[in-house]
Amino acid sequence: MLLIHCPYCEEDRSELEFRWAGEAHIARPENIAAISDEEFAEFFFLRNNEKGLTYERWRHIHGCGRFFNAARDTISDRFLMTYKAGLPKQPVPVAEEFAAIAEEKSVETWEQTEGDAR
Amino acid sequence: MSASSNSGAFRIKGAGRHTPARTARFTFDGKSYTALEGDTVASALLAHGVHLLGRSFKYHRPRGILTAGPEEPNALLDVSRDAARRQPNVRATVQEVFDGAKISSQNRWPSLRYDIGAINDALSPFFAAGFYYKTFMWPKEAWHKIYEPIIRRSAGLGVAPTEDDPDHYASRYVHCDVLVAGAGVAGLTAALSAAATGKTIILVDEQPEVGGALHYDASTMIGGQNGYDWAQAAAAKLKAMPNVTVLTRTTVFGYYNHGFLGLVERVTDHISRPGKDVPRERLWQVRSKQVILATGSIERHMVFANNDRPGIMLASAARSFLNHHGVAVGNRVGVYTAHDSAYEAAFDLKRAGVSIAAIVDNRDRPGEAVLAEARKLGIDVLAGHAVVDTSGRLRINSMTVARNGNFDRRKIKVDALIVSAGWTPSVHLFSQSRGKLKFEAASQRFLPDVYAQNSISVGACNGTDDLAELIDEAILAGGGRVALSGENRFEWTGGMIGAAEGAGPEDAVKAFVDFQHDVTAKDICLAVREGMHSIEHIKRFTTNGMASDQGKLSNMHGLAIASEMLGRPIPQVGLTTFRAPYTPVTYGTLINHSRGDLFDPARKTPMHALEEAEGAEFEDVGNWKRAWYFPRRGEDMHSAVNRECKTVRDVAGVFDASTLGKIEVVGPDAAQFLNLLYTNAWDTLKPGKCRYGIMTREDGFIYDDGVVGRLAEDRFHVTTTTGGAPRVLNHMEDYLQTEFPHLKVWLTSTTEQWAVIAVQGPKAREIIEPFVEGQDLSNEAFPHMSVAECTVMGVPARLFRVSFTGEVGYEINVPADYGAAVWKAVWVRAESMGACLYGTETMHVLRAEKGYIIVGQDTDGTVTPDDAGYGWAVSKKKADFVGIRGLKRPDLAREGRKQLVGLLTKDPKEVLEEGGQIVADPNQPKPMTMLGHVTSSYWSENLGRSIAIALVAGGRAKVGETLYVPMADKTIAVEVTGMVFVDKEGGRING
Amino acid sequence: MAELGSHIATRSLPLSGVHGGSSMVRLEPAAPASRISLRVRAEDVPALSSALGVDLPVKPKTSAYANGRTALWLGPDEWLVIDEGESGLMTAAANSGVLHSATDVSHRNTAILVSGPGAAAAINAGCSQDLSLDVFPVGACSRTLFGKVEIVLLRTAEDAFRVEVWRSFSDYAFGLLSEGARDAAL
Repeated sequence: MLLIHCPYCEEDRSELEFRWAGEAHIARPENIAAISDEEFAEFFFLRNNEKGLTYERWRHIHGCGRFFNAARDTISDRFLMTYKAGLPKQPVPVAEEFAAIAEEKSVETWEQTEGDAR
Repeated sequence: MSASSNSGAFRIKGAGRHTPARTARFTFDGKSYTALEGDTVASALLAHGVHLLGRSFKYHRPRGILTAGPEEPNALLDVSRDAARRQPNVRATVQEVFDGAKISSQNRWPSLRYDIGAINDALSPFFAAGFYYKTFMWPKEAWHKIYEPIIRRSAGLGVAPTEDDPDHYASRYVHCDVLVAGAGVAGLTAALSAAATGKTIILVDEQPEVGGALHYDASTMIGGQNGYDWAQAAAAKLKAMPNVTVLTRTTVFGYYNHGFLGLVERVTDHISRPGKDVPRERLWQVRSKQVILATGSIERHMVFANNDRPGIMLASAARSFLNHHGVAVGNRVGVYTAHDSAYEAAFDLKRAGVSIAAIVDNRDRPGEAVLAEARKLGIDVLAGHAVVDTSGRLRINSMTVARNGNFDRRKIKVDALIVSAGWTPSVHLFSQSRGKLKFEAASQRFLPDVYAQNSISVGACNGTDDLAELIDEAILAGGGRVALSGENRFEWTGGMIGAAEGAGPEDAVKAFVDFQHDVTAKDICLAVREGMHSIEHIKRFTTNGMASDQGKLSNMHGLAIASEMLGRPIPQVGLTTFRAPYTPVTYGTLINHSRGDLFDPARKTPMHALEEAEGAEFEDVGNWKRAWYFPRRGEDMHSAVNRECKTVRDVAGVFDASTLGKIEVVGPDAAQFLNLLYTNAWDTLKPGKCRYGIMTREDGFIYDDGVVGRLAEDRFHVTTTTGGAPRVLNHMEDYLQTEFPHLKVWLTSTTEQWAVIAVQGPKAREIIEPFVEGQDLSNEAFPHMSVAECTVMGVPARLFRVSFTGEVGYEINVPADYGAAVWKAVWVRAESMGACLYGTETMHVLRAEKGYIIVGQDTDGTVTPDDAGYGWAVSKKKADFVGIRGLKRPDLAREGRKQLVGLLTKDPKEVLEEGGQIVADPNQPKPMTMLGHVTSSYWSENLGRSIAIALVAGGRAKVGETLYVPMADKTIAVEVTGMVFVDKEGGRING
Repeated sequence: MAELGSHIATRSLPLSGVHGGSSMVRLEPAAPASRISLRVRAEDVPALSSALGVDLPVKPKTSAYANGRTALWLGPDEWLVIDEGESGLMTAAANSGVLHSATDVSHRNTAILVSGPGAAAAINAGCSQDLSLDVFPVGACSRTLFGKVEIVLLRTAEDAFRVEVWRSFSDYAFGLLSEGARDAAL
């Protein structure tokens, strides 16, 4: 059960109060009616689904109700930071980033533990 | 040996910590026994000399008690209070005896002593590792008929109870600064230290009393007193502190993300007659800032030929039975060890008057201190020897001993054999927390290395063997100051992992590695020969470590054997992942309150009780209970619905529409916001008017629909589908907060603020007119699609003139607490005028007669407004709305998409099945080309025939054509029609 | 028309007649109250505060009480305002003269009063928040989850809470609180 810092409530709360809301920093094009099929596909259908540091949206749906952004390491599930909606993509503090990288190397993955017997 | 009277012949006077006068009666396989309070089932049976407790899973070999703790793989029993309170696979070494307990052995037939299944032992060559994967491959047909039934009958150990569990289970969320897992010397010391800092502490231990290893280790002194006594005093001191919670009989079963831990507290399993308010178990969901892991270590057995006979057990277990329970495990006990700790067990037994046949030590050089003590006590030590076999059918009666590398064997008579291969640190919780382990080659054990969370391991689970060092480590971890010293009698040395002498890959013996799943050293060797080179594959091939004990005893041995076979060091062979739960957890605990009425909220409208009184049958719509139909005496559903449908169109009907989602949209930019969220245009809607709106997602598919009323320039009353209310609000909030935050508008859910009484039918106006004040209901003043704020029966109301039936219709919204009173008054008048109550089934039929869609029934997330025949609701003038670009995608704009149309069966009495597939030519070869499917289908009493709505490829161009719905037993011919079946001109709605 | 129209509708409360609790926890339905869901931008908070006669708190998880009205911070621009007396909340908000959204939710919510030495433990049977006095002091409030339903929790005294819940979830909330109360008494 994750513990998530809500930047509006200024407090850590249980994951139970939150709902994940997909990749962050994908702005709806202002001229959406005019964009090409490729641009629409890029905006609406395609997601990076990166392993490691990802930027994603969460909603504190059973709390203050606000959407906000989070930088999370999908391997360790560590939240490196959370920040309010509307702010541009925030750089992850350097120390946190190093910790995340170190963790990434140390945490067992399926490939390491179960995938080497081919 | 002096045996105490009735609590068992093997009870040693003066030994153990139980009070002889406090007894409890229980039965085992129908025979009655007396135990002492505090006994486990294991200690109580051993006190009576009962060692045979069960049969193994695969070979049905007689098995006894191997351990004195939760790691027990053998002694799994069925424990019951009554017919419903029965639990299989209970560990005899954990379950405390309570007065009246009925305990039975498992996995045997017809009896424990004579078990037919034991034939498997003789046939064991056929049941070697991996036999499942090979034996049952051929012939294919035999699988269902022969193999699967056999496997199902013989699989599993216990039998699940058939009655509902009458116990209840509690749950608590709790937060603390420090959680200490384990209350042995390390855990207690760490807790004392942490408690001194004033932090909030939860100290948890799985046993009934604190003390951990001090239960068996009677020679250790802490703080100048007997270790066990010190532990009890320390716990009492901690319990008295306001910042400390001590939980015993409680297992930390999972260590999850971000300091979250799952605990199960066994509240009543040890009590004879628990009070009715007392939960059987309590789930604690703990969020702790820091975790101190003091989980200790688990002794390993020796892997040698026939090491599984009843009477063979871990040395520390024998010591526990003696020093804590006052029970001798035999009269003449052999010892087989690779570690000094077993010597201390022999010393304790010897001093208690038990004869020690010999200590067989497979090391050439046992620890000098224990060797000297053994000599002093006159115990025969055979160093550099091995136990190469044992005998005794239902209990060990001899061990066969040979000098290592020598073929000369001799038999030594014993009635119990205690073993130790050394100690495995319990790193389960550390590993669950995603900490990374390192292998320490010198001591051949995995120890905590890199921490992933704010936790720290202390004591035996951290590989800290020296008592003084352990205490210092625990004090430091706690962060406070405690003055404490401890003293051991002996420093322990030794330990081994893997197969012992005579149980190697070339030896054709049964030397068990995993007792519960009957995995032998040979099975591990076979797995490697068969090409399994990863421990994960070896585990699955042999099932080593996959039983309910999760390999607490077997994993290291299995790993060592595999490592030797592969010629690769242990870290390269790998270690299987430790996963929660540490020990099995009941479903009752995991679901705790979520059963019965509290399984899920049952949402009821303000009129629910009145509808119930009128005989309503209810259906579940999401969490809501909705009145489905109102059968009168003698009516079935079909006839009730037919009557309701006729009555609404002939007279009128009253319907509870309270569950419809409602969202209040308020602010100067409200219309602009709705313009963006719906396909329709809203700025043209005047206050006092309503409009049917369609909401699409960005991809252009219909997401929801509903009537929106404009109450004022800056205030809209939006309705959604019943099931869609929460997600529609979330969808709206998402766009408002993140895409259109500049708009001055706010959203509030008002679903439950209003009770909604729909009155529909030719007499609707006449029915409601007397109740309404402040609004002229005439067609001119209040035509179809109007909304007004007025007064109904003296309370402020929102009155809508809307229709989901095609008749004149009103929806009276009153504040929810007034819903019942208004509903009742309206119904009394309506009934007197010949109207009826109707439910959701009639609502469905009436709307289908008019071709009104239901989102989620007639649409499925791939239907555009145009597909549904609602192209008119998509504004052509707006520059933007959610879905505008999606609707332009080539596939959404192409010809031939599936479109909603009406279907009329050629035989008017034939009612199609919803979901039925539609084809053009029923005689085409299979697989047929499907054109679409039936989405709604009903009997229309008003038309005296069936009607249906369907999604059909190019449907609107096919109107008038005949298509077919092939069913299993027949093919139904249908004609494609428009979607409106009743009042095609639409005049009635304005009447 | 007159004789029927003169029927004045009577109010039926969602939790009328229920009772529960234990030796450590008292559970009772709260009296009917007036409530609005209030949405205001930061710059207009003072105007609404003075119009309502209670200072809208701007610190997360806090509430304010004055003149029989309690204002609970639910989000950065969202408050639940509860008036234990007769309403006037909508009119008072409208009189602020500044941009805002007020929506009457008097009947959407109902409330359960939980009090006694075991009150926090009873609520923690289904609520994941830390209810220790340091973290959730008197006056603290939060929207959160209680078991499977959403609630707004307000601490009114060291051993007393008000649980605001949507009316159709109130049976469930009361039932789960009863279970929590029973366990808190052990």
